[in-house]
Amino acid sequence: MSVTVSVPTILRPQTKGEKSVTAAGTTLAEVITDLDARYAGLGDKLVRDGALHRFVNIYVNDEDVRFTGGLETSLADGDQVTILPAVAGGDSSALVAGGASSAMVAGGSGVSG
Amino acid sequence: MVEAIVAHARADHPDEACGIIAGPAGSDVPTRVIPMMNAERSPTFYRFDSLEQLKLYRELDERDEEVVVVYHSHTATEAYPSRTDIAYAGEPQAHYVLVSTREPATQEFRSYRIVDGVVTEEDVEITRSTAP
Repeated sequence: MSVTVSVPTILRPQTKGEKSVTAAGTTLAEVITDLDARYAGLGDKLVRDGALHRFVNIYVNDEDVRFTGGLETSLADGDQVTILPAVAGGDSSALVAGGASSAMVAGGSGVSG
Repeated sequence: MVEAIVAHARADHPDEACGIIAGPAGSDVPTRVIPMMNAERSPTFYRFDSLEQLKLYRELDERDEEVVVVYHSHTATEAYPSRTDIAYAGEPQAHYVLVSTREPATQEFRSYRIVDGVVTEEDVEITRSTAP
């Protein structure tokens, strides 16, 4: 079971400059574990506290995995996994309460269990 | 291109506006302004819609282009990267342009590199557009 993973510029230091790599697994979680075994440190850039990191978007073929089961998304042989940096930000300092600002960011991340 | 970005920021005010300027890969030359949806539709946060972003990045790949500039607006404060902007900055090759629309009549238009959490402001030189 092998999938192709497209790696964004910012993570290529972890993949020795490779733009496209292959990995094995039947779920996204397994693929990320396999990637981390091949390219040390890559897993930490993709997953934090057991969930997809809010700084990245991961797609299987044309679907954002946040809508297909997150790390549990199943993969078939030959699937195309694409990792992109989440392009996001904003002026949360304009909010009065610091607590409200971090809630805002968490809410914007779309991370769910 | 600067006019297009400022017009986009004004049009979406008081929400933050966002988009990119694409250019040939490795050239560091901005050639095409591509406004993006702010999926958050928020005055204090922006995020590219994830599927629109996937489509954009595939198109850039096919055309052998890359993101040269990432722009967004701040609608109530100065055109300087916020902590959130720095945390999310994921395009080490890009120039991060901020436009502030807090003043109705004038705008700030400033550019930064954001690499590994370090912000460096850079001069903006406005040249005649070579695009058709």
